[in-house]
Amino acid sequence: MADIIEMPKLSDTMTVGTLIKWLKKEGDEVASGDMLAEVETDKATMELESFFDGTLVKIFAAEGASVEIGEPLCAVGEPGEEVAAPAKKEPPAAEEAPAETKSEDTAAADPAPAADTPPAPKATPPPRPTPEPPPLPASAASGDRVKISPLARKLAEELGIDPTRIKGSGTGGRITKSDVLKAEKHGTGGMAAGGGSVFAKGPIQEAGVAKVSNMRATIARRLVESKTQLPHFYLDIEVDAGPLLALRQQINTGLKDSGIKVSVNDFILKASAEALRKVPAVNCSWEGAQVRKHDRAHVSFAVAIAEGLITPVVFDAHVKSVFDISTEARSLAQAAKAMKLQPSQFTGGTFCVSNLGMMGIKRFSAIINPPNAAILAVGTTETKPVVENGQIVIGQRMTLTLSCDHRVVDGAIGAQFMVALRELIEKPALLLV
Amino acid sequence: MSQLTYREAVRAALSEELERDKNVVLLGEEVAQFNGAYKVSEGLLDKFGPDRVVDTPISEAGFIGMGVGASMLGVRPVMELMFWSFYSVAFDQILNNAANVRYMSGGLINCPIVIRGPANGGTNVGATHSHTPENVLANHPGVKVVVPATAADAKGLLKSAIRDNDPVFYLENTILYGEKGEVPDDEDFLIPLGLADVKREGTDLTIVTYGRCVLHSLAAAEIIAKEDGAEIEVVDLRSIRPLDIDTVIKSVVKTNRVLIVEEQKPFASVGTQLGFMIQEEAFDHLDAPITRVTTIDAPAIYSPPVETEQLPNVNRVVEAARAALKA
Repeated sequence: MADIIEMPKLSDTMTVGTLIKWLKKEGDEVASGDMLAEVETDKATMELESFFDGTLVKIFAAEGASVEIGEPLCAVGEPGEEVAAPAKKEPPAAEEAPAETKSEDTAAADPAPAADTPPAPKATPPPRPTPEPPPLPASAASGDRVKISPLARKLAEELGIDPTRIKGSGTGGRITKSDVLKAEKHGTGGMAAGGGSVFAKGPIQEAGVAKVSNMRATIARRLVESKTQLPHFYLDIEVDAGPLLALRQQINTGLKDSGIKVSVNDFILKASAEALRKVPAVNCSWEGAQVRKHDRAHVSFAVAIAEGLITPVVFDAHVKSVFDISTEARSLAQAAKAMKLQPSQFTGGTFCVSNLGMMGIKRFSAIINPPNAAILAVGTTETKPVVENGQIVIGQRMTLTLSCDHRVVDGAIGAQFMVALRELIEKPALLLV
Repeated sequence: MSQLTYREAVRAALSEELERDKNVVLLGEEVAQFNGAYKVSEGLLDKFGPDRVVDTPISEAGFIGMGVGASMLGVRPVMELMFWSFYSVAFDQILNNAANVRYMSGGLINCPIVIRGPANGGTNVGATHSHTPENVLANHPGVKVVVPATAADAKGLLKSAIRDNDPVFYLENTILYGEKGEVPDDEDFLIPLGLADVKREGTDLTIVTYGRCVLHSLAAAEIIAKEDGAEIEVVDLRSIRPLDIDTVIKSVVKTNRVLIVEEQKPFASVGTQLGFMIQEEAFDHLDAPITRVTTIDAPAIYSPPVETEQLPNVNRVVEAARAALKA
């Protein structure tokens, strides 16, 4: 009797997962612990592990299919064993009778029964009994860097072609010599054959529709919930960033040899945790009939990634040093960009920091990430004339904006928090003790 | 030209050099009365007598050390190791003494020793008899290391090795001993040490290789040409040190893609060094990462069918070449 592997719940908010790619094919031997497939959840791309030893006798979900939690993905059993697709669980929205259990013969001949479940109307790829590895997504997803071979880069430079406008055909979307030569050939005409390369005179992007990824859908749903259900109000405060920048420079130049490099944001994460200690009423969550007070400051921070954004959490930031926070934040951000965060790393925050300062944004108002009661939006540091002791001097000023859930945090509480935060940022030595 | 086996070509080189220079001697276990463990020195005792072709005790440290000393005094010994795998018994003599003599004497003392014997896996002789130490040897400044793939190269390189005034380590291959090829009869047919050879011209991918893997690579190139329509250039290094990087780079500039094929454990292998040198000198000419086929990283596996797969073979080279062409 074969063991059925179902779509597991891989994140706290996950309801469906997209089967990105099978790493094994039907007939392959698998052992407990082997990676079977890559599954995209609303938060991350994760690997699906086998809990059984045996042969992968049947794949139920085709690559690209959206599969609900608990739906069958594949079966592991004896070589040659025929497996019927188990009765599908009824999707909660649709009131249809459960799909009948198919006879063994038809089930064995049906390569992708899970692909035609109701929640995935468009995702019915053609049957593929022996799936070939799909072409790797031509991802600009791997960050800002253009993947291009050294030769192709040199060639593009010589020909005056902007590599960001070329689509790569090599492994992982790498631009190769032939891509550059093709681009040169089609350069004046706009679009290259195959619709790949787009040039200055062509359309700014290909028209069409893109399927909403799980992550994007989750972002959309949660932010609409937050902005429509939470009574937001906003508090701006301008802080003198001079002392913080000076301290940061002292640390980074003084400890350069030890490889230590802290960012402004690391200090703000630490300052937020300390300000929460001073004004703990902000470190709370609305729960309808009650307000939950959190005894620890788990400070999350927003990281922009290719598919959207995610907020990894620095747990217990109130007891960690700036240096610990810095190291942790950096590795979390890297994991986030690689879509490798575990659910435990991006859930459970009690306060959130969003920073667009590095992009030059002066100030902005962020949307609260429930169940947090507030979110801090950090703007850029401006060098500008300020009045100090009746004199106009050159100052360095940063604007911080707190978005508060008025059900939990009143104006005065929010203001106390911002004052405490300003105090800490303007006397940053306090953050080091 | 004569059709000779690799074994006969090595023997011809030995015979010609023994004939040419009376300071040349051949020493090793079983080289004289038994005609060589692999019959390479067959007939040489009869031809040159017991003063020139000498059986040694089973003591590599002892007889290699003796050879190093003799070479410092003007003898030109050719020392046979029954297997190169036994070099480690004489590691100090080979790589601490022979390699450093010229430098330590301020150039006053040469060490014109040749150490030769088979170094290969694939014959079910087990982990302790299947080493391919060319990377370890070549790591030492002061030495020369050659690994011939064909009968002609075997002859021309051995004659050059014997005439060279530095220690030359000459690594043969028991599986190649029976391979036939055209070999020049000329008594002064010499292949300079440190000169690679393009064994097959191509435009789409450069395979850099040496030793028995040259044969695998040539066979793979024919398959790829027939089935995939791509033309692979095969560069046979022949000498590991000095290494003819110029010939390699010239080919890389032409094809922009590199696959290294070597019967070496992957960690710190000849290919590792080669990969570094290629990216250093031809970075702007690479259109894809440098890839390689090596021995799979484990002690030589005793099971013959598994050992075949552990070593580079035609199928593995074809597969890797296809990936490299597409990458």
